[in-house]
Amino acid sequence: MSPTEFPAASPAAGPTPALLTVRGLRKSFGANQVLKSVDLTVARGEVLALIGPSGSGKTTVLRCLNGLEIADGGTIEIVGAQDASHAPVVIDFARAHGSRAGVPKKALGTLRDRSAMVFQHYNLFPHKTVLENVMEGPLVVQRRPRAEVEAEALALLERVGLAEKRDSYPFELSGGQQQRVGIVRALALRPTLLLFDEPTSALDPELVGDVLRLIKELAGEGWTMVIVTHELEFAREVATEVAFVDGGTIVEHGDPREMLRNPQHERTRQFLHRLLFPF
Amino acid sequence: MTDSTWQLLLDSLWPMIQGAITGTIPLALASFAIGLVLALAVALMRLSRRSWLSSIARVYISLVRGTPLLVQLFVIFYGLPSIGVVIDPWPSAIIAFSINVGGYAAEVIRAAILSVPKGQWEAAYMIGMSHRRALTRIILPQAARVSVPPLSNTFISLVKDTSLASLILVTELFREAQQVAAFSGQFMALYLEAALLYWVICLVLSSGQGVLEKRLDRYVAH
Repeated sequence: MSPTEFPAASPAAGPTPALLTVRGLRKSFGANQVLKSVDLTVARGEVLALIGPSGSGKTTVLRCLNGLEIADGGTIEIVGAQDASHAPVVIDFARAHGSRAGVPKKALGTLRDRSAMVFQHYNLFPHKTVLENVMEGPLVVQRRPRAEVEAEALALLERVGLAEKRDSYPFELSGGQQQRVGIVRALALRPTLLLFDEPTSALDPELVGDVLRLIKELAGEGWTMVIVTHELEFAREVATEVAFVDGGTIVEHGDPREMLRNPQHERTRQFLHRLLFPF
Repeated sequence: MTDSTWQLLLDSLWPMIQGAITGTIPLALASFAIGLVLALAVALMRLSRRSWLSSIARVYISLVRGTPLLVQLFVIFYGLPSIGVVIDPWPSAIIAFSINVGGYAAEVIRAAILSVPKGQWEAAYMIGMSHRRALTRIILPQAARVSVPPLSNTFISLVKDTSLASLILVTELFREAQQVAAFSGQFMALYLEAALLYWVICLVLSSGQGVLEKRLDRYVAH
């Protein structure tokens, strides 16, 4: 792999079948029903932006896609990207009742293997160096050969301009640098699907640009992504599809330019208006 | 103080140091090592979602913390023989001290594990780790840093508590002091000398704590 190329971006050839299909996803926390019924499809190479007011359930959708939350009902189907051995996996949450015990362990493992998440607060491992953070998953969990993992990790760090920080600890980095390491850590897992949970919300305004630019580059390289974001301008520019989430359902979705300019639903209109004219 | 008192202090110094080297220190080290393993197990039980495991741990901690160490020691050494279980002084002492450390350190370790942010568990799961691996590779190393100061306290207390073993005939620092004191009648001088020796050991341990904290601090902002 050359240092300027990310691994595993799926080749965009032929028709684009759905890589991720979510049907009727439900989730409650106690009496609070956060997801009522969420349906969404993400085709290979597509970038789906989830927007919506806080508490609308958009982050919960994302967390269900990585198995960090176990849905109470519905299905998640995810298809592998790299080769034929990655057969589609369907996880049915009908019997899960929100508990890990109700979901086949192997299916849940596959879901985690194929998706990788970038967190709002980075969640880097503070006791490990930058390089160790990136290598931990591929080396310890995926048990790939060290030389290969290290070369790939260094190439990825080089690519985001952080190769010289390889031996630094997270606390020595700025928020923007930490988040770029967070992205590299996700990429090093060679996922099929990249999940971003408000990746720039915790950043100082002047550091947001670097991170958004990197995500945009990844989108350009054909990575399939789901991004929860408040950056409407960014969603318009990078996403191939925008979904407006409110009250635990997807109120409307469609082409970003079209939808953000001319929302069909009243709730979407109100939300966009509040974001564009906060005072 | 007379010359003979000084001479007595000097003469008794080596037996007491010997008592520390062959009694106090190995007793404390062995009990602390076993106690820590026990404490980790109890802490994990206490944090378990299985309520019966958690209850067992809770009762254990409550018993250890709610009864005097001396009573625990006597139950094992003097009490158990009456139901046919005879244990030698040394193993009795190690058992009692380990159980005691297990109870106190369990709460320290539990708090330390809970102090690691939830996001660390999530990041560990995200990269594909199992619960066990997340615990050993991501959570416990971070919890270790947090628990060094309180566990050092536990260890220093333990070193001093080992003097109780003299009451079940274990030869250690304080028992040596007692023997010379009883023989010479110089209680004040000898017990102060013993106190001084304990103090020196604890000073060394405190500086060791400082070194350990500094080492574990290398990944934390100063």
